[in-house]
Amino acid sequence: MKKITFITTDNETVTLEGSSGSVMELAVANNIKGIEGNCGGVCSCATCHVHVAPEFMKQVGKPGEIENDMLEFDDNVNEYSRLCCQINVADAPDGLVLKVAGEE
Amino acid sequence: MQKTVLIIGASHGGVTCAFALRKEGWTGKIVLLDADPELPYHRPPLSKTYLTDPEDADRKLLQTAESYGIADIDLRLGETVASINRRAKDVTLKTGEKITYDKLVLAVGARPLLPPLPGLSAHNNVFPMRSAADASDIRKALKDSENKQVVIIGGGYIGLETAASLHKAGAKVTVLERESRLLARVTTEVMSDFFQKLHSENGVDILTEKNVTAIENGQIKCADGSIYLADLVVVGVGIRVNVELAQAAGLNIENGIKVNAAAQTNDPDIYAVGDCTFHHNVHYDRFLRLESVQNAVDQAKVAAASICEKERVYDAIPWFWSDQYDVKLQIVGLSEGHTEAIVRTEADKVNCFSVWYFSGEKLLAVDAVNNGKAFVLGTKFIKGGQRIDKAKLANADEPFKPANLLKVSDT
Ligand SMILES: Cc1cc2nc3c(=O)[nH]c(=O)nc-3n(C[C@H](O)[C@H](O)[C@H](O)COP(=O)(O)OP(=O)(O)OC[C@H]3O[C@@H](n4cnc5c(N)ncnc54)[C@H](O)[C@@H]3O)c2cc1C
Ligand code: FES
Repeated sequence: MKKITFITTDNETVTLEGSSGSVMELAVANNIKGIEGNCGGVCSCATCHVHVAPEFMKQVGKPGEIENDMLEFDDNVNEYSRLCCQINVADAPDGLVLKVAGEE
Repeated sequence: MQKTVLIIGASHGGVTCAFALRKEGWTGKIVLLDADPELPYHRPPLSKTYLTDPEDADRKLLQTAESYGIADIDLRLGETVASINRRAKDVTLKTGEKITYDKLVLAVGARPLLPPLPGLSAHNNVFPMRSAADASDIRKALKDSENKQVVIIGGGYIGLETAASLHKAGAKVTVLERESRLLARVTTEVMSDFFQKLHSENGVDILTEKNVTAIENGQIKCADGSIYLADLVVVGVGIRVNVELAQAAGLNIENGIKVNAAAQTNDPDIYAVGDCTFHHNVHYDRFLRLESVQNAVDQAKVAAASICEKERVYDAIPWFWSDQYDVKLQIVGLSEGHTEAIVRTEADKVNCFSVWYFSGEKLLAVDAVNNGKAFVLGTKFIKGGQRIDKAKLANADEPFKPANLLKVSDT
């Protein structure tokens, strides 16, 4: 079991536990505001954009090429941006903190 | 008395609407019905990864089984609605049970069109591709077939995705398209040519101007006298909107269930969302019907907000995607009515290009092939209504950056 914390754009903090699937799926299953996962996790929609807390960025890793293309011109992109459908819960560091990207 | 929102159809539209109602603060009852007995799932993977995944792979669920309980949504699967009584404000199920509503949402979508071909219904290895059951039937039929010879009738997105996936799963695939080019109904010649070439290069036979007239004992007969053999046939020739319930209830129908900007039908207590609606699009100033996840999801949220008495209008820019082989196509906007198409090919990558459709100075749509950047930029530019420097856009040596592509006065 991994603990993953989401901070929504309304500054609500929700900590979830999961062991498999993508971080997007975990968020959707728990109705995390701002994570929609409209394309089902195939890097086509960018409705699963998060900012990784800086201290976890190294472990989580940089976005892949297709993911990066979707992020580069996003209004809310920064150096910690990831599409969380591309992060596996199983591979995520325990205690990971993610901020849902979007207007505050 | 607690009020009830009753939603017919638990797919992309209906499920999104149910959860969005809770997010908007609906405290009454939510009943969500579907004839399909399966826990609601994503449809797009059915013709894509689902066919190539290992056999025991799970379907991509829209929500986990527990989520419905947590959100207090009464999900009733395997229940078909037979009629709507607007005066009594109730619906009658096939079983005879009646359920009353305060607000009703029709998220009834569409069903595959099965042309009246001799042999089509009798031939037991002919499948449509719409539901999870269809996809698992196809997967099983392929596994059980000796020659793994597949014919796909119809070269639209679903037909082509199914062709690519079944090919990957080991089938010998032939696509028979009636028109003179693939995707004739939905896209331009540049894209048709690209996909024709892509499939040929991958070893899938694409044959155009093939009007199938009959299916007999594994033989698919065309109007020009040609015959193709198959142990398995997939029919992907389009859909029919499920308008019958709405029509019988006297709602306005026009190429779909007609709704206003709040996703409301001509009965103020009845809303409709998704594939089944005929709605106005403000960006293109015309009425249309769309078959996409985006439309179902965004309209469902508007309906949920409207039901909760919040003023919200549907003004989304349409987008869509399709995955075939290693190619990801992403489309934003509607290219219909364009007067100019500019192709931009990125020099450093294979199969990476975008087609930009204009009507005069106005950017209408972008088809982005393996090019998420073009998709995101196209979305931005269509939303912002900025004018684009077309010469720079067409020149692959010009950096692909917003500031560089916009006309100077607009940056
Ligand atoms: C194989 C496939 C691949 C696709 N790929 C893509 C893609 O890549 N990208 C994209 O954007 N879109 C794609 N689409 C389109 C997308 O899936 C649809 O636009 C979307 O499902 C529409 O959602 P909906 O809720 O409006 O309708 P539907 O998904 O059609 O759902 C309607 C539901 O209503 C139920 N229903 C109807 N009548 C009744 C009744 N009387 N009683 C009870 N239940 C009833 C049906 O059982 C059904 O579950 C694809 C579709 C298919 C089939
Ligand atoms: S869910 Fe669509 S890009 Fe992540």
